[in-house]
Amino acid sequence: MNLKLKVWRQNDAHAKGKMVDYSISGIEGDMSFLEMLDILNENLINEGKEPVEFDHDCREGICGSCSLQINGEPHGPDRFITTCQLHMRKFKDGDTIVIEPFRATAFPVIKDLVVDRTAFDRIQQAGGYISVNTSGNTVDANAIPVQKEAADEAMDSATCIGCGACVAACKNASAMLFTSAKVSQFALLPQGQVEATERVKNMVRQMDLEGFGNCTNTGACEVECPKGISLENIARMNREYLKAQAKG
Amino acid sequence: MSALISSSIARKVVMALSGLFLVLFLAQHFTINLTSVIAPDTFNEWSHFMGYNPLVQYLLQPILIAGIIVHFVMGIALEIQNNRARKIGYVKYNGSANAPWTSRNMIITGLVVLAFLGLHMYDFWVHEMAYKYVEASPEDPTRYYAETVEKFEPIWRTVIYVIAFILLAMHLWHGFSSSFQSMGWNNKYSAGLQTFTKIYAIAIPAGFIFIALYHHFNPITH
Repeated sequence: MNLKLKVWRQNDAHAKGKMVDYSISGIEGDMSFLEMLDILNENLINEGKEPVEFDHDCREGICGSCSLQINGEPHGPDRFITTCQLHMRKFKDGDTIVIEPFRATAFPVIKDLVVDRTAFDRIQQAGGYISVNTSGNTVDANAIPVQKEAADEAMDSATCIGCGACVAACKNASAMLFTSAKVSQFALLPQGQVEATERVKNMVRQMDLEGFGNCTNTGACEVECPKGISLENIARMNREYLKAQAKG
Repeated sequence: MSALISSSIARKVVMALSGLFLVLFLAQHFTINLTSVIAPDTFNEWSHFMGYNPLVQYLLQPILIAGIIVHFVMGIALEIQNNRARKIGYVKYNGSANAPWTSRNMIITGLVVLAFLGLHMYDFWVHEMAYKYVEASPEDPTRYYAETVEKFEPIWRTVIYVIAFILLAMHLWHGFSSSFQSMGWNNKYSAGLQTFTKIYAIAIPAGFIFIALYHHFNPITH
């Protein structure tokens, strides 16, 4: 497969970036998108040029490191996958592929296709935890009965890998799906109730402080989420937030 | 309290509540307008009541105007904020791959409806204020039907009204059910609610279009 690539190149956070055209050949349908970029980088290195920086780690759809806006969609045209799970068979010989970093003011570009997603870490740090004494007398989590439905829903929310596709897909660069998944995974469990009021208030406050946009319920985040996190999480977070504010 | 007002969720709830209030108002407005087609005398009677009842004039009307102002001021403020959240846009953004046009362009449909409201207020409200308070004309409970039909005589005004109602339908198509999601209402009844809101989004604007066209094609012959 021969392809034309249009790739965002930017030297550092402060430099002005631009799209650069590359041609690449010998791409097999069984390769992953990141393997295709590996080949591009090998070619660039052999030509004495600077390789394209992009995020990746586990390459099996778990870590949430790989990002990339591919032909206008986060993680490319397929559904319920990360970029490392995107196969080149999704493209045709002669295709032009536009590759850009995830765009959001809260996700500044560090270099080329790599963006700073530590805003998510700060939202998580603002309340995405439960305080449990782990100094030798930890209570077995199974000691507290949890309804099957609640456990399942909490698990669904907890599958969020924090990749940022929701922000990248949203026309408003809103982080509501991520934040709501992190709020929900605790709100649904008895262990999460102790800090529930402060958690949702603090996490929403941090989300707003980071400069993410407002949710307008387009549902783009849900469609593009590699883990299928549902909009129900956002509704739940809104309920939790209003409840928390009513409590004062 | 200030944290509540400045939070993104609170702003969305304000949009949702003001929007739902306007949705309810539309149903009431449509019901009265429909009588202009099926029972002109009732239309005159109800219009006169709406125009002279102190409760409507000095309580409900200001609440309605406040609702409209809150909805569009908040909408524009949210749009500005959302644009700031992505200062550098994508070279290629395939928005239609994951969200319908109506949900991505509420600001466009909203601004068109707002511009239409300007014309609509000029056509009826300003005229009414002038009649009552500037000209200080006497009460005439029989004038409303003729005045309304006359308004739809020019084709340009009828066309503008029809276009505005189509845009209103698109605005409601996303906005009505979306307001429930904003307020945290997403459960097993949501699919049914979505169907109801889609029917409402088509039926009410289509009804307004029918009324405008009916009066255009059935002018009062003097």
